[in-house]
Amino acid sequence: MTIQIKNGTLIDPVNLSESTTDIFIEGKLIVSIGKAPPAFSAEQIIDAKSHWVIPGLVDGQARLREPGQTHKANIASETSAAVKNGITSLCIPPDTQPVIDNSAVIDLIDHRNAKAGNLCHLYTIGALSRGLEGEHLSNMASLKENGCIAFSNAGHPFINNLVQRRAMEYAAGQSMLVIIQPRDDDLYANGCAHESSISTRLGLPAIPEAAETAALAKDIELVAQTGARTHFGQLSCARSVDMIRQAKANGLPITADCAMHQLFLTDHDIGEFDTNKLTIPPLRGQYDKQALREGVADGTIDSICSDHQPHEVDAKLRPFPSAEPGISAFDTLLPLAIRLVEEKVLSMPEAVAKLSTKPANILGLPAGQIAIGEQADIVIVDPDVHWICSGKNFASRGRNTAFEGWDFNGRVLQTLVAGQIVY
Amino acid sequence: MSANNLQLDENGKLQHFLSIGGLNQQILNEILDTAESFTSVTDRVIKKVPILRGKTVANLFFEASTRTRSTFELAEQRLSADILSLNVDTSATAKGESLLDTIHNLEAMQIDMFVIRHKDSGSAHFFAQHVRPGVSVLNAGDGQHEHPTQAMLDMFTIRHHKQDFTQLRVAIVGDIMHSRVARSQIHALNLLNTAEIRVIAPKTLLPVDTESLGVHLYDDLHQGLQDVDVVIMLRLQKERMRGALLPSEKEYFNQFGLTQDRLDRAKPDAIVMHPGPANRGVEIESSVMDGNQSVILQQVGFGISVRMAVMSMIVGRSGLQAGE
Repeated sequence: MTIQIKNGTLIDPVNLSESTTDIFIEGKLIVSIGKAPPAFSAEQIIDAKSHWVIPGLVDGQARLREPGQTHKANIASETSAAVKNGITSLCIPPDTQPVIDNSAVIDLIDHRNAKAGNLCHLYTIGALSRGLEGEHLSNMASLKENGCIAFSNAGHPFINNLVQRRAMEYAAGQSMLVIIQPRDDDLYANGCAHESSISTRLGLPAIPEAAETAALAKDIELVAQTGARTHFGQLSCARSVDMIRQAKANGLPITADCAMHQLFLTDHDIGEFDTNKLTIPPLRGQYDKQALREGVADGTIDSICSDHQPHEVDAKLRPFPSAEPGISAFDTLLPLAIRLVEEKVLSMPEAVAKLSTKPANILGLPAGQIAIGEQADIVIVDPDVHWICSGKNFASRGRNTAFEGWDFNGRVLQTLVAGQIVY
Repeated sequence: MSANNLQLDENGKLQHFLSIGGLNQQILNEILDTAESFTSVTDRVIKKVPILRGKTVANLFFEASTRTRSTFELAEQRLSADILSLNVDTSATAKGESLLDTIHNLEAMQIDMFVIRHKDSGSAHFFAQHVRPGVSVLNAGDGQHEHPTQAMLDMFTIRHHKQDFTQLRVAIVGDIMHSRVARSQIHALNLLNTAEIRVIAPKTLLPVDTESLGVHLYDDLHQGLQDVDVVIMLRLQKERMRGALLPSEKEYFNQFGLTQDRLDRAKPDAIVMHPGPANRGVEIESSVMDGNQSVILQQVGFGISVRMAVMSMIVGRSGLQAGE
């Protein structure tokens, strides 16, 4: 199949530039930009005039709920939702049921993705410890062989620091990236909201910043000790941003991301117990939100993920402390990125980089740029579509949005994955 | 939806009673005045009025309670309501039925009013958001959030003894962190323009930024009790010792227990209150609890009038009041 994308505004997250040009695709690959290659004949022409052409988005943390919780969503529903929203590569954390600590689970995920039509590239993050129980190392070498791109304990604790150290060392020995969601379970206790005047007024069990930062400090020390290349995921606190900035200045091999919603919401948005605002880590204060935005702008926070967590309706129809945490985030990922540009936090190419080039580089994925010889994962966006967010219109099966009623600009028109038009 | 919208109807009348936060002074005074009129009912030989005749009230206690539940039931009986009391711990939800299903099942039984106590903060709001229009919800304690009828009976007790809130110094002593009573009391005292509200507690029993509730903090009981008019002691639960919040009951009593000696720093006519159940010798000395400044038992009695008042205001709003 040959495709020509005509007259689109190419937003290049590598050279941080915008230009109107044509893109030529043959088979899975981009074969030329600007000028048609000799003897190229397009079987399909996509007119992208006054539309943006961006690389497919790479989401470093998305729960598709399969295997284990298919009453919430499944691989078919969520890969379809992903490509409708311009996301073409997804990384699944290991806390599926069963856990991604053996090749059978990886095979199952691959099989389900194939059955759903391979709409989207799916990557698995293997468990650092068997069953995520934090006690025995998982078979990392064989998991790597079977396709895991990184290892993580998905926020679950290790039984002690020695096991964590060994797990990180072993992963480093396999030249594999370690992903850590810094979390001190004891300090988290049974908390469900950021510790602030708001948790005090609402009488909600509180989660202090130290539940993240105390763990992060220890984790950074273990990076220094082991040299393991480490990515810190879903940071929420201002002090975490400072610590990452300092650790990077000290030359440690670390990168970091935050979830998109942390750049827009604070604990104030909980209002009177709105369970759609229940997340882990919790929505923090205004100061934290601002610091995360600054971290994103100055590069301390390398990338942004969706932290997509679709739920069935009942999961949120409970009193706040008993509801399940998480936001269905695919449908709002790109529109919120556009908003970051409107609010002058990032330029459009920078915003696209945070959602494609940067995570692809961190995770070592063949994605995140539009260049000759690259796989043709390409998204066409109409920036002039205005719409009002409503969970009931979501492509994802999870309707649990935290952005109900928000005004957004920009909508995905078409998505190509490996040269195939999948949406 | 804000608490304000949820609790008040379009005419500003009470339709649910979920939290003191979000209400206004006028409503609080109306509750106190109405309760005053019911104290005469509770003193009568025949203690019934027909305000809730033909109405069904369901008392749903997902957490154990003795005095709140029994005073609610008495209040409902004295208002002539039909009553359904469920100890939900051992009923449907223990078998896995969701809270929402419990609500809908009970609604199918034509319940007019729910009184609910639940371990989760915000559970009363949750109920109120999901009941049919016209059905009312009263919060009998939600997690660590609020316990508004308890606070109103405390306000009633204070007004009974002290009249003018604007001249009062009130001290609340003890476990503020885990206390829904304290949060409701603080909101109510502020709405009634209390001159000064003091909170006296060890730092481990204070939630972060307690001052934002509109109180002054003291970590020393001697200083904190100086010249106060009202002392409210909170219950110290035994499990607080296990969570490393306090070293021992003994040390707590030594620092924060109310003794006559310490009480003497307050004004000579200061009253001592406790929402109960009290731990004698842990937060309060027996002799103070039984002493002549204690109004603790009076609080319990006033609880009936105040709960009658709130329920009658909610029912009266819809114009269905079955007057004689």
